[in-house]
Amino acid sequence: MPIDYYIYLSVILFSIGVTGVLTRRNAIIVFMCIELMLNAVNLLLVAFSKMHHARAAVSDAATSIGTDGQLFVFFIMVVAAAEVSVGLAIIVMMYRNVHNVDINFLNRLKN
Amino acid sequence: MSLAPYIPLLPLAGFLINGIFRKQLSKTLTGIIGSGTILIAFALSVMVFNDVSAGNTGDIVLFDFISVADLHIPFAFKIDQLTSIFLLIITGVGFLIHVYSTSYMHEESNDHFARYFAYLNLFVFSMLLLVMGANYVIMFIGWEGVGLCSYLLIGYWFGNTAYNNAAKKAFIMNRIGDLGFLVAVFWMMQTFGAVGFDEIFAQLPGEASTATLTGITLCLFVGAMGKSAQIPLYTWLPDAMAGPTPVSALIHAATMVTAGIYMIARSNLMYALAPTTMMVVAIIGLSTAIFAGTIALKQYDIKKVLAYSTVSQLGYMFLGLGVGAFTGAVFHVMTHAFFKALLFLGAGSIIHAMHHQQDMRQYGGLRKYMPITHITMLLACLAIAGIPPFSGFFSKDEILVAAYAANPVYYYVGLVGALLTAFYMFRLYGMTFLGNFRGDTHHVPHESPAAMTVPLIILAILSVAGGLIGIPELFAENGHKLQQFLAPVFAKGEQQIAQHAHPSHSTEWMMIAVSVTLILLVIIFAINKYRKYQHTKDANTGFASVLENKWYVDELYDAVIVKPLIALGNLFNRMDTGVVDKLVNGVGRAVQYGSRQMRLVQSGNVGNYVLLMVIAIILLIRLVFYS
Amino acid sequence: MSTTEIIFWFLSALAIFSAIMVITRKNPVFSVLYLIVTFFAISGHYILMNAQFLAIVNIIVYAGAIMVLFLFVLMLMNLNKEGEPRKNRYLLWSGVIAGGMLMIVIIAALQTSKPEIVDSFSKGDIGLIQNLGMALFKEYVVPFEISSILFLSAMVGAVVIGKK
Repeated sequence: MPIDYYIYLSVILFSIGVTGVLTRRNAIIVFMCIELMLNAVNLLLVAFSKMHHARAAVSDAATSIGTDGQLFVFFIMVVAAAEVSVGLAIIVMMYRNVHNVDINFLNRLKN
Repeated sequence: MSLAPYIPLLPLAGFLINGIFRKQLSKTLTGIIGSGTILIAFALSVMVFNDVSAGNTGDIVLFDFISVADLHIPFAFKIDQLTSIFLLIITGVGFLIHVYSTSYMHEESNDHFARYFAYLNLFVFSMLLLVMGANYVIMFIGWEGVGLCSYLLIGYWFGNTAYNNAAKKAFIMNRIGDLGFLVAVFWMMQTFGAVGFDEIFAQLPGEASTATLTGITLCLFVGAMGKSAQIPLYTWLPDAMAGPTPVSALIHAATMVTAGIYMIARSNLMYALAPTTMMVVAIIGLSTAIFAGTIALKQYDIKKVLAYSTVSQLGYMFLGLGVGAFTGAVFHVMTHAFFKALLFLGAGSIIHAMHHQQDMRQYGGLRKYMPITHITMLLACLAIAGIPPFSGFFSKDEILVAAYAANPVYYYVGLVGALLTAFYMFRLYGMTFLGNFRGDTHHVPHESPAAMTVPLIILAILSVAGGLIGIPELFAENGHKLQQFLAPVFAKGEQQIAQHAHPSHSTEWMMIAVSVTLILLVIIFAINKYRKYQHTKDANTGFASVLENKWYVDELYDAVIVKPLIALGNLFNRMDTGVVDKLVNGVGRAVQYGSRQMRLVQSGNVGNYVLLMVIAIILLIRLVFYS
Repeated sequence: MSTTEIIFWFLSALAIFSAIMVITRKNPVFSVLYLIVTFFAISGHYILMNAQFLAIVNIIVYAGAIMVLFLFVLMLMNLNKEGEPRKNRYLLWSGVIAGGMLMIVIIAALQTSKPEIVDSFSKGDIGLIQNLGMALFKEYVVPFEISSILFLSAMVGAVVIGKK
């Protein structure tokens, strides 16, 4: 499989995420789109990890090149999990205050 | 000589202690600290003087003050004959005046009393720095310091607007002079690459053209004009009498105003090489002496008379400098410090006794009430008038003889000035001490306490005997001890001056006889005229009113300098509000308007922000990859 | 077309389709469910690339934990109604165009890059727990511990915010 395909797939998924953030007003869906973007990046990281490992394995079958990329994915998941817990807490609080999760209500930055 | 750096440190310490703890210290303690530091400084000055007499002169470098590229200005003191004489005058007279002040200022509240002593100590510190500095920069520090203290002390009673204005006037007039001094210092840096006395004088004659030296010395002289109250910058000194009387005695008679004399005497070599400047100095000095003398004739405020007398005497000193009689000028500084301080302190004693009445028309007959003040004042008047063998005679005679040698016209004009001096001093004496008491008879004046009379007596002794260190050749071989003492300082300068033929002994005898006879006649005339002085309501008319109004010089300055400046200021003010402000505000308003329009982009809507962000990212990638 | 390629294309199509469904569904609950499908598809890609550990973690953490959290929030707030007001048409299209432009621009930017083959079935066990665990607890032990502190603080933060 050429690496290009994975890149394209990731870019498409990422752009779908961006489009979702831009077009939806529901804060929870916006949040989900962000998760989608994170996963697109994760996919690309794993693909590159694989690519580098495959190239190195030609000369040395026992090489561990590529481990770093996968561990990065792992840490991204860790951070994403933490982010989701806090983010959802904020959304819950917002809902409690304004009884809505429409991000257009979040225009307090104006003043 | 190693003790010398401690001399200025002591008054500084006194200033800090009195200034910081002014609320806590009692008046007695303040007085002891204020006077004690000066007394110790005086004792050290005597030791330094002895040291210098034994031939121990030289520079004391304390630390590097300014060090830029090739220019090195050390913080150094120069200890030589001239410095040691001034040290004695400043600390000696200063100490007496401090003691006097403890009594004179006793009515002030605790912290104002301490504030007064703090200022006075700071003044002594600055003055010591001025005369001890080994270069023009250190001298300038002291020069500015004494100006500041003068300002602070003139405006000591800051509740009074007139006094504050007098203080400001003194400060601003001094600033004009200081600018000249500063220009001279920079000019010297440029010409000689140094500001140290020794470094500059070692390059002379030769390193600088006569024109350059004339420029430098004229600039320095502008500084001296401001500080020593010479035409045209003298008008601040009479107004400076707003300060407490001991301040007038110390700052505006004995020490600060002689800073200009000291500076020129110190730079004697430069002045000697610039004959044009010497002539300017002589002419300005002489005209100031006459001009101020005429004003003094018709003043009624006792302190104003003394102030104009001071200006006049300073004019004499500059005349002496201008004709190359450096020793004579320094000699006159010294004797003048004695008798003028005495006159001021005596006046202070009278003012104290008369409950701050300064108008001589309200005095009269004080001889009976204040015997000590009377006697000491009489001695001082005789000294300043130039009656032998009092001190003023010797110093004034030396200047006049030197003036005669340079140009007989100087002598005749100077003699007229001396007669004026004799007249207004004995007018003051007659109006104050003779006749009947004209003041409010409910308050019978009384003699001042010992703290005031003892300094008077000491100064009276000095005024009488002070001249004996400078007896001219005419009376005794090698009588002029001061000249011998100061010879090393002035040797180089005097070499450069074309030596005028010293008048023959017979001429000198005749000059002395004529001047003493004339002065005696004037004194008798003045006493006769003012002994029976009765106050009349008639205003002075004609020339007398011109004199009473000080030749209208203040009004002239007001019309010629102040009014046009105010008009110019108003014009600029209108231009500022009309043009500059409108322009600046216009720019501001335009930006405000633009911002209010731009602000609409900030909708506060998160979605829009994200959209803009994405568009920006697209543009960025476009830019990075396809450019 | 080998089996690998068939699986690849299938998973890719599934991922893109369900991702589009995520952003187009009006009911948030459907969006959540389609997002889970997307994550499963991505996990399939991980397995395809011999990253078995990540594949499992992805399913457990994302599909299992995070998405359930989303569902909980939706259920608790009773947001599963289709009441979301649409954005105005202008902003909607501008969002779509911007997203599409981003994709096109990035793909175009990467057009010139050198093609490289990812050998899907090459030998290698770097994706196994043994290898990753060794690296994680040797070289990455400090970030690993720090991430535990991050979790703790996130937990505290969530509780504090939730209690207000």
